[in-house]
Amino acid sequence: MIEVNNLSKSYGDYKAVSDATFSAARGQIVGFLGPNGAGKTTTIRMLATYLPPSSGKATIAGFDIVSQADEVRKRIGYLPENPPLYPEMTVREYLKFIAEIKGVPRAAMVERIDKVMEQCFITDVRNKLCQHLSRGYRQRVGLAQAIIHEPQVIILDEPTSGLDPKQIIEIRQLIRSLGEAHTVLLSTHILPEVSMVCNKVVIINRGRVVIESMLNQLTKEKDLEQIFLESVSREDDLEMQRQISLAS
Amino acid sequence: MRNILAICKRELLAFFVSPIAYFVITGFALLVGFFFFNYLAFFARMFEMSQMMAFRGGGELPNLNQVVIEGLFQTMVVILVFLIPLLTMRIVAEEKRRGTFELLITSPVSVTEVVVGKFLSLAVVIIAMLSISFIFPLLLMVYGNPEIPPIVSGFCGVVLCALGFASIGMAVSSFTENQIVAGVSSMVVLLLLYVIQAPAESLGGTSAEVLRYLSPIDQVQQFLRGVVSLKSVTYFASLILLGIFLSQRALEAHRWR
Repeated sequence: MIEVNNLSKSYGDYKAVSDATFSAARGQIVGFLGPNGAGKTTTIRMLATYLPPSSGKATIAGFDIVSQADEVRKRIGYLPENPPLYPEMTVREYLKFIAEIKGVPRAAMVERIDKVMEQCFITDVRNKLCQHLSRGYRQRVGLAQAIIHEPQVIILDEPTSGLDPKQIIEIRQLIRSLGEAHTVLLSTHILPEVSMVCNKVVIINRGRVVIESMLNQLTKEKDLEQIFLESVSREDDLEMQRQISLAS
Repeated sequence: MRNILAICKRELLAFFVSPIAYFVITGFALLVGFFFFNYLAFFARMFEMSQMMAFRGGGELPNLNQVVIEGLFQTMVVILVFLIPLLTMRIVAEEKRRGTFELLITSPVSVTEVVVGKFLSLAVVIIAMLSISFIFPLLLMVYGNPEIPPIVSGFCGVVLCALGFASIGMAVSSFTENQIVAGVSSMVVLLLLYVIQAPAESLGGTSAEVLRYLSPIDQVQQFLRGVVSLKSVTYFASLILLGIFLSQRALEAHRWR
């Protein structure tokens, strides 16, 4: 479903993502882990066809993210870091607008809107203006927006940030159920979330993919926390050595 | 087409749920009403004076179309130079600031559809705004006997001019994510366009003619005289298309940064 090959993005001299390679199959929920500033959001934005990559290649459902971006856009649901809501619209109006631009057939529209509102637990705020929603509700409306057209691939950038514990549990359940029929790529920096929700892990640090593995194989000997710390600090050490050798 | 309508509907909702559209429309109607009163009072005095002159022999009666209608429509164009940027400044810039631009770009809608949809919504607001102030010429038709055709053609000229301005304003808004920057820049651009024929007289020759052709005042003037020429229609159509084209390029360029 998602194939990423040597994907890079640089801003001037700064390499935000360098040679990222990983893949995700149908029915997998991939946890995209990394410390702040590791390049998670940049990678996700490239896959969502928002940013063009500097080099490398990636395909989603078999379509290239650059040359066949239109086809990719039909097949992805994307929740950016900040839910992209229009404050002056009610939740229902907003979802209707999204359903229209994402090409949900007119006959199925009302049904789809009701369905996602139920799935994301936002039916009770359907007539509220988006600007009056709390952070947790905004996040869930954002999620509803991402799944309304039943995309094959769902890309979520920190979907549980700002939610209270009960909401986090509900959203995790929702993501798990989505993973049965869709491919989900979810970025996060909350480690327990990955072990609870995902079945595959990709760890990224300083723009490089340091670990790509199925969760159950990875956590056979050590727990995820240890693995994460080791892989991240190993990269940091390497970077330090590189800096020192450059300086001398 | 469906996407264009969806974008247009959303923009209209934004205009009419927020107070922007109401304020701009009311402000416009207020200003136009004030000027209408002034031109009418001026006309009444001219009429009285010319009647006194006619009493002594000689003197011409003033023309209602020339004094009130032309004056009013020309003033409308000046007001539009300042009000249109207030309508257009948020149209794209706001999306960028809110992050909803990311949503639009990653949805299966083309940039052209977004831009055309947004322009259509502006057109609806502007036509509503101008139609409301059409009540003043209507009053003249009820209580006076002006020539109707130049009023209609003049109104069409003002509408076309407003749409041209809106298109340019939208293009400026597409280049920034700051609404104030968008508003001020489009006001400057429109004001420059408005006075572009100013150096024509001192330049002379072909350049003077080019500048006169580029001037929206001169083009609206044609309409006000009842002349709907292909030349003036082409002028405003190109202004509209230029704005749409520039907005489209500005948003498309984002994908290559």
